[in-house]
Amino acid sequence: MSLPELHQRDRSWHPPAFAPDYKSSTTRAPRQALLSLRGTASELTGPTFGHGDIDPLDNDLLRNYAHTGDPIGERIIVHGRVLDENARPVQHTLVEIWQANAGGRYRHKKDSYLAPVDPNFGGCGRVLTDADGCYAFRTVKPGAYPWRNGVNSWRPAHIHFSVFGTAFAQRLITQMYFEGDQLIALCPIVNAVPDARAIEQLIAALDMNASVPLDSIAYRFDIVLRGHRATYFENRPEGG
Amino acid sequence: MVQKLQYLKETPSQTAGPFVHIGLAPGDAGFDIYRTELGRDIAGPEAQGTPITVTGQVIDGNGTPVTDVLIEVWQANAAGVFAGAGEVEPGFRGWGRVIPDFDSGVFRFETVKPGAVAGPDGRMMAPHITFWLVARGINVGLGTRMYFGDEAAANASDPVLGLIPEPPRRKTLIATAEGNRYHFDIRLQGDAETVFFDI
Ligand SMILES: [Fe+3]
Repeated sequence: MSLPELHQRDRSWHPPAFAPDYKSSTTRAPRQALLSLRGTASELTGPTFGHGDIDPLDNDLLRNYAHTGDPIGERIIVHGRVLDENARPVQHTLVEIWQANAGGRYRHKKDSYLAPVDPNFGGCGRVLTDADGCYAFRTVKPGAYPWRNGVNSWRPAHIHFSVFGTAFAQRLITQMYFEGDQLIALCPIVNAVPDARAIEQLIAALDMNASVPLDSIAYRFDIVLRGHRATYFENRPEGG
Repeated sequence: MVQKLQYLKETPSQTAGPFVHIGLAPGDAGFDIYRTELGRDIAGPEAQGTPITVTGQVIDGNGTPVTDVLIEVWQANAAGVFAGAGEVEPGFRGWGRVIPDFDSGVFRFETVKPGAVAGPDGRMMAPHITFWLVARGINVGLGTRMYFGDEAAANASDPVLGLIPEPPRRKTLIATAEGNRYHFDIRLQGDAETVFFDI
C-alpha cells in the first residue's frame, strides 16, 4: 500500500525549540539539528477514533463534571473546523481540549495556584469532527493565571487543543487565545512564534453569529493540520 | 504578480504545558471524568506476539528527569501491520499514551514487540516504536523512534538508522534489552542527545 506523503512542515511558522524568553525551553530544547526523514508507514499511518471511544456529553464542559450545579464563569461556545493545508476538512478526527477554570486554576494535583478549584468544572473535553471537519465545545471562559517565568508573568486566557489527523506526523498540540486579550502580546510562549500572521492564527474570533442569545457567547477557532502531497506523476518500477 | 497559491498554513504549535494530563489523561491529573480514557491499552488482550515491557526516563539538559512529560507511542503489530492499514487482531490499536511517575519521571508501558515494516523504498525497517513527546518547555512535539537492542542485525541494515550521519548517535535510538524488558532513556540535550526527526 502506498501512503500519501505530507507537505514538509514549515518550521519557520512554528516556535523554535529554543526560545530563551520562555525559560523552560532552554533545558528542554534539542540542540542538534532534527534529522529530516521522508515519511514511512510509521508516520503516515495513525490512530483513528470512533463514537465508541467517547460519549456525547464529553464536549460539554458545563455538564461533563457538574456535580451540584453549573460551573462558575462566562458561558462560551468554542467551535470551528479542522482543515488540512489543502483546505479540505479533516473528518472524524479526535479533538481534545483542556483549560483552567474561570479563576485560572487547573484541576491538576500539581497546580497550586491560590484561586479555588471549581467543584463543578473538570476542565477537559473531547469530540470527533463531523463530515465537514466541524467541532464544537461548550465551556466557561478560562481565567488568566500567573506562572513562574518572569517574577510577574501571566498567561493570557487560553484553551489547550490536541488534534490527530490521519497520519501520526500530523499530530498537533496548540493553544487557542481570545480576541481582545491584552495579555497575548506580553506572553513569551505566544511570542516564541516568530511570525505575527502565525500568531493571529492562534487567536479565536468573537463570533456573534454563533452565540446563543441570553445564554452563551461564541468564539470561532479553525485549526489547520499538515496537508497530503499531491502525486500527479510518480516514477514506479516496471509492473509496480 | 503571480497567481496566489491557495494552500493554508498549518496552525502553529504551542507547548502542551505542565498540565497536559488534565486533557489527555485526567486520571493521572487526579480526577475521573470519562467513561474510558484513551490510549491505556496499546496491544489489547488478543494481541499476538511477544509481550514486552518498556521503561525509561526523559532527561533534560541538566540531567534532571522530565516529570511532566506525556508520551504517545505508535507501532505495528507483531506481523508488521498498523491498525487502520490492514488486518490486525481485534482490540489491537498500536497507539498509547504513556505518563511517567510525577516524582521520578520513570515511565513504563506494556505492549507486544512490533514486527518489521517496509520503508518507502521497500527495504525492511527493523522493528521499532514511534514516540512523540510533549511537555512544558517543548514548543513543538518531538518525534523519535525506539529500536530494540536485541535486533542487532536488523538494526544494522535499518534504512532510517542508516540516515543518521554520525554513527555514534544511532545508539541513542536503541533500547537496551533484558529478556522481554527494554529500557529506553530519551535525552533532550547533551552529549548523548537523542536523535529527533523532522518528518
Ligand atoms: Fe495552560
